[in-house]
Amino acid sequence: MEKRHVKSLLTLGFTSGLVLAACGNGGGSDTAGSDAASGDKAAKDFSVVMVTDVGGVDDGSFNESAWNGMKEWGKEHNLEQNKNFAYIQSNEDSQFVPNLNQAVNNNFDLIYGIGFKLKPAMEDVAKANTDQHFVIIDEVIELDNVASVLFKDHEAAYLAGVAAAETTETDHVGFIGGQESDVIDRFEAGFLAGVKAVNPDIKVDVEYAGSFGDAAKGRQLAAAMYTNGADIIYHASGDTGNGVFSEARDRMNANPDDKIWVIGVDLDQQAEGEYDGGNLTLTSTLKGVGEAVQDLSNEAMEGTFPGGKTTNFGLAEDAVGLTDGNLSDDAKAKVQEYKQKIIDGEIEVPTHPDEVK
Amino acid sequence: MLNENKGAKVNILVPVLSVVLGLILGAIIMLAFGYDPMAGYQAMLRGAFGSPFYIGEMLRYASPLIVIGLGFSVANTAGFFNIGVAGQVLLGWLCSVWVAISFPNWPGYLLLPISVLAGVAAGALWAGIAGFLRAYFNTSEVIVTIMLNYTALYTTNYLVRNVLTDSADTTPPIPKQASLRADWLSNISGGSRLNMGIFISLILIVVVMILMQKTTLGYEIRSVGMNTFASRYAGMNTKQNIILSMVISGGLAGLGGVMEGLGTFENIFVQGAMPALGYDGMAVALLGLSSPAGILFAALLFAILKIGGTSMPLGSGVPTEVVDIVIASIIFFVGANYLIRFFIDKRARANVKKGGAE
Repeated sequence: MEKRHVKSLLTLGFTSGLVLAACGNGGGSDTAGSDAASGDKAAKDFSVVMVTDVGGVDDGSFNESAWNGMKEWGKEHNLEQNKNFAYIQSNEDSQFVPNLNQAVNNNFDLIYGIGFKLKPAMEDVAKANTDQHFVIIDEVIELDNVASVLFKDHEAAYLAGVAAAETTETDHVGFIGGQESDVIDRFEAGFLAGVKAVNPDIKVDVEYAGSFGDAAKGRQLAAAMYTNGADIIYHASGDTGNGVFSEARDRMNANPDDKIWVIGVDLDQQAEGEYDGGNLTLTSTLKGVGEAVQDLSNEAMEGTFPGGKTTNFGLAEDAVGLTDGNLSDDAKAKVQEYKQKIIDGEIEVPTHPDEVK
Repeated sequence: MLNENKGAKVNILVPVLSVVLGLILGAIIMLAFGYDPMAGYQAMLRGAFGSPFYIGEMLRYASPLIVIGLGFSVANTAGFFNIGVAGQVLLGWLCSVWVAISFPNWPGYLLLPISVLAGVAAGALWAGIAGFLRAYFNTSEVIVTIMLNYTALYTTNYLVRNVLTDSADTTPPIPKQASLRADWLSNISGGSRLNMGIFISLILIVVVMILMQKTTLGYEIRSVGMNTFASRYAGMNTKQNIILSMVISGGLAGLGGVMEGLGTFENIFVQGAMPALGYDGMAVALLGLSSPAGILFAALLFAILKIGGTSMPLGSGVPTEVVDIVIASIIFFVGANYLIRFFIDKRARANVKKGGAE
């Protein structure tokens, strides 16, 4: 009996290979890009690609804003999707290296790594392909062929904190982070500092989902916070935040008199806040990932790629910010006031929660 | 009943049919979404075999899957559903990296084996808890190991952030001499992360085969799996066998984690979810019908689907979500081979009957 199993399984492996191989031979000729890598490229031949963090280009925030920027860039130059610009989705951390290599093998001129988690993988791949240009977002890689882009997320989060403190009626707000990390530390620190700057007595609940792709967990955490009396939740958690929005929508649909809010992240998440009786997205912090992608693609195309350099964008550069959303006029004025103070250097926004008293 | 010859034929037919049906369903799905299935499968094949790099990555992915599958199968043979392999993988990964970065000055011949053993021991111990509870208190190993998965996940994340690093999300890389990677392997595979893990896996296939078929321990584990009471009546120490089977299972799963820690990543980072390898390893074992050779081919098939699949969106325009549906449908049919076997048997029986009536 046992022997027969072995034989059948040997066949399984063997035949599956054959079947796959047969399918492979059936198709037409290979069309994967293999354009000649000549020095000066016309726009039609220039191509960029982004490798996403776990979460995908429809996460409604971080990856999506990068992808939007890339599509915008394509439109600007009349380029074709999948030929001149494309994305490669990562479903788990172990895929970063193969995905980056896939990008290299397909002869893209510029490769973006969207998110701090790609740093180790990109470092390895960039070292092995010194002629290839890379961009890493939210991290720094000190190599000549990599440009690093950082955002002062804490400054935008600070304004979100101010807006929350101005709006809350229960003097109780919440923060839901994705994965514990330096980047999300900045969000948390900025938000806490912003709330405390307006009113030190406001209670802030802080929870982490441990993932950027776990909407169910986001929903659970949001449910617990709202039940405990928080009326505004700021999420910095990518796809996980969609759970926060769905919990808030359900609550508002069930009980429209008890006003609760969500503050969105990275993109204007106004659309996520639509419910039967109105909109519950108080405001969203903006992060100009899309603009950065657009700018760097243009620079690379013009031959002025800032390899080896690190750029750090903040409020002063208008690269991060806050939407007007459903803010009251008072809150808007207050946000404007603090924004100016940050730009003028009067307020130094902390980057780590431990620095917030 | 079927004669020997016919039985062998059925056993060959079933897996072939499973894979073919899976591929056909996958093709139908791609067609339904308006994509070209030929181009899709072609891109998958190119993504798994198209260059030395892809072959290297494919084998790299298969290496831990093989040992994890072996681990699951050992417990399965003893009659336990060790759903905690993912947690054991994670702890094996954690402890191997922990030891490796703690003693960066030790020479390689000392550090590498000790790091590997630390990972194996961690996985073995973790599974041993469930084995002990099962043996002495008859608790369900399914529930215990599921809960231990969560414990492993959050313990690991806590340790990475607070003990191994100063609130960073990734540990520093392990010292070079503790790595399972070898220059010659990277060189022949176009710079992939292929490492010595593949050889460890291949050796362990033989070791587990001998252990389960030729040793007293293997005999007792199998016998406990068939009937615990009869085994005890026959004078076997069933408690000890239950614990041992779980310990071996966890140790092998831990070894899969070691390959991730010392081979694939050379570090450990905060995890958003249980490592997918753990669950894939279980599927590999079930697909391979718990036989070591079957596990080898099931692991390779999984690796082709997973690594090849990542090339499908760019190579053929099939979006990632559809790729996942296609891969799942192939695995579904391979996994549902009992169903196919059932229909083949039914037809064979009907034929026999008809033959008898004539």
